[in-house]
Amino acid sequence: MSARRSGPAGAPGGGPGSARDEILARMRTALEGASPAPAVPREYRRALDAGTDVVAMLVDRLVDYKANVHRGAAAIEDALAGARRVAVPADLPAEWRRGGAEFVEDRGLTVEELDGVDAVLTGCAAAVAVSGTIMLDAGEVQGRRALTLVPDHHVVVVRRDQIWGHLAEALPHLDPRAPQTWISGPSATSDIELQRVEGVHGPRRLDVVILD
Amino acid sequence: MSTDIVPAASLIPADAPFPKAAKVALGMPQLRANLAHATGTIRGKRAKVAAELDDWEQLRDTAAAIKATVQRRLPELAVEFEKHATAAGATVHWARDAKEANEIAARLVREAGADEVVKVKSMATQEIELNEHFEAQGLKAFETDLAELIVQLAEDRPSHILVPAIHYNRTQIRDIFDQRMGDAPAGLTDDPAALAEAARLHLRRRFLSAKVAVSGANFAVAETGSLVVVESEGNGRMCLTMPETLISIVGIEKLLPSFADLEVFMQLLPRSSTGERMNPYTSVWTGAREGDGPRDVHVILLDNGRTTVLADETGRQALSCIRCSACLNVCPVYERTGGHAYGHVYPGPIGAILAPQLEPGRHDDLPYASSLCGACYEVCPVKINIPEVLVHLRQQGPHEAGERAAMGAAEAVMSRPRLWRAALRAARIGSMPWRRKGFLGRLPFPGSKWTVSRDLPVPPKESFRDWWKERER
Amino acid sequence: MKRVALFITCVNDALFPETPKAVVAILERLGYEVDFPAAQTCCGQMHANSGYKRDAARLARSFEQVFGGYDAIVTPSGSCAAMARDQYPHLTGSAIGQRVHELSEFLIDVAGVEDVGAHFPHTVTYHPTCHGTRALGLGDKPLRLLRAVGGIELVDLPAADQCCGFGGTFALKNAEVSSAMLADKCANAAATGAEYLAAADNSCLTHIGGGVNRLERTGAARGPRPIHYAEILASTA
Repeated sequence: MSARRSGPAGAPGGGPGSARDEILARMRTALEGASPAPAVPREYRRALDAGTDVVAMLVDRLVDYKANVHRGAAAIEDALAGARRVAVPADLPAEWRRGGAEFVEDRGLTVEELDGVDAVLTGCAAAVAVSGTIMLDAGEVQGRRALTLVPDHHVVVVRRDQIWGHLAEALPHLDPRAPQTWISGPSATSDIELQRVEGVHGPRRLDVVILD
Repeated sequence: MSTDIVPAASLIPADAPFPKAAKVALGMPQLRANLAHATGTIRGKRAKVAAELDDWEQLRDTAAAIKATVQRRLPELAVEFEKHATAAGATVHWARDAKEANEIAARLVREAGADEVVKVKSMATQEIELNEHFEAQGLKAFETDLAELIVQLAEDRPSHILVPAIHYNRTQIRDIFDQRMGDAPAGLTDDPAALAEAARLHLRRRFLSAKVAVSGANFAVAETGSLVVVESEGNGRMCLTMPETLISIVGIEKLLPSFADLEVFMQLLPRSSTGERMNPYTSVWTGAREGDGPRDVHVILLDNGRTTVLADETGRQALSCIRCSACLNVCPVYERTGGHAYGHVYPGPIGAILAPQLEPGRHDDLPYASSLCGACYEVCPVKINIPEVLVHLRQQGPHEAGERAAMGAAEAVMSRPRLWRAALRAARIGSMPWRRKGFLGRLPFPGSKWTVSRDLPVPPKESFRDWWKERER
Repeated sequence: MKRVALFITCVNDALFPETPKAVVAILERLGYEVDFPAAQTCCGQMHANSGYKRDAARLARSFEQVFGGYDAIVTPSGSCAAMARDQYPHLTGSAIGQRVHELSEFLIDVAGVEDVGAHFPHTVTYHPTCHGTRALGLGDKPLRLLRAVGGIELVDLPAADQCCGFGGTFALKNAEVSSAMLADKCANAAATGAEYLAAADNSCLTHIGGGVNRLERTGAARGPRPIHYAEILASTA
């Protein structure tokens, strides 16, 4: 095996003597004569028990993580209470733009502009009841990642048909190649004595509005 | 009143054999109290959320099998990942070792016209000592995870995989911020929320203006070329989203065959690590996306000893580790010594099997830093049989000559029933003077290691064998 | 009559004759004929776990020779049973471990009894030894047998699932860490106020008992007396 290097260290791509080829060769050598891979059992759950009230469970889990939960489109106004300027993805439906705030569409807002709004209002791609998780995949009504990150207050609207009981049910509804953010409560840390405290770098306030 | 900051790592000799380093750590009451409190808290939380899932054992079985499959299919999956990540606009680099990975990363930072980076917590970059390499190159790496920030400000070393500052309590953290942060709010209290707020203020501007970020990854999905980072604070999202350039250093063992496999691992990892049903934030990205996040996306696939581990049929299961830290939190040894005593970036039970394999010939003392109690195996979400690998590594490693001779002699006696019976008889006769007292309180070396804290019972007057013989008569 | 072989273990052979005597008493009370193959020595656990694979394999082969002719081998040690079951297949390829039963496994799973007709009017706390509980998967079997004992008062041991710090040569190689673990186990044992601390392995009991003895004679604390649970099960009114 050659330790010779061609081109600058770690230049992408293969070729004789490249790190790529050498590592792949090491892997193959290491696996010579290895026993075959085991069959992968898939005996775990992929759904909650039939009849589980997934909305109630989602609410319970969100509240447990100190998110505020609201029901119905009219509650968007309550969720946004106190915010004067609210950033929104350009495709946010008009009927969600409720209350007296100024809605600032994200058509390439600068970081400073994003940092200057009081809140951001978006939809989502899916939600998982069992873990209280809201999933964004940069699709419709969600905007880019910075939009839901820089403002300190995120109001996210979840349609009833986007709520899944189990993670395995929700994943197929995400675009695996799109940038995704899975959100379970406001930003938090367990770094001090392993105790969870809310409010670090991400939005410190998370309001979830569930549309029935 | 603030006290002077003495980094724990400066007191515990990293290069000393484990028993020696552990002895120092055992003599630090504040450290032990902090560790006992934190590991006790997290143990309870983990047990509660794991018990919530009635299919926990099935999930563990699946995760173990997926990881075993990844190991067998590693060359193929690595190439598949490279293909899809490249197609999505990422540049994939390969690094044989730490030096090569550091050189690639440093070059990329310079090419981006930067001399500093923000960092997401990453064990791979700890392992390759990227920060130290950058500093030597005149580049600055700013840790942004709260615990990493604490450790960096204290000029200490991480002592835990998940919570590198687990050895500090809130008061000590307050003092570190107060004395080292430079812009800590006046009158900062030791309320965890206030400390988190101070970190937010300290890092906010840096996040919003950073040009380059360096991350690791929890998972690399071969099928899509995606990377996954699991975090809590939002510092990960900041680093992965705001800069123009993103460099991710990913151990080759992090591959998963398919995106759907996350349905297994994202149930196991948060519950095993922080004891949460789900961590606050998970980011998934695939190459670069126009108008959303970094434009210049790099992935460095890191070997650094992993292919050596892969070659060991029993030992390779250590590559299944998802760095959850559950094994550290339940380990009675780790709980009492903390991470620094292990002298390696991966401490605790997983470190005791990973460190000696990643760096063969070093850390031969670590497989012995365990009573083989098996608590680690019981909680491991990917079912790494840590006690099995510990014993395996003990069987591979070198043995001290005196011990070797004693063990050989013991075996020679024990495999000959007649000699064994004679030895037992000799022990009974030899210990007669102590029979009335009933115990031995002080023995010569190596028995002195026993009698340091325990007495030893004296062999009985009549053995079971004598009793049995008498009875049979 | 049903015949079983008794593997007393090297530790009991050297130090604790009362435990195998108790096993004989219980098994005979239940109508078993007990054989004690006198050529038995050690299962090889200390060698295997200390990294001496070849020595361990030789001892494993002697074990197989001595016990090969028996359908059921009963032992009052969770860790020795686990050694035969988990490690022999790797060491010698032998499946004899499937026929080695820790006492509580034998009584509950094979003999099908939980109440062995014992009487022991004392307060007892139970320490679930690591290898028995985790490697062998005894669960609460010894405890179920103890619960059926007449007159016994069982007291919970705080942090019961934590290792006592024995770990074979760990107790010597990492004596300080081991002693720190032992100190916590002794403190928890003392806190129960029980007269006896029972367990399924005399090696762990040697460790805990040795710690308690040291504390008592130095006047630091009083603790329960160590006792193998077989000796409790053998006691009658």
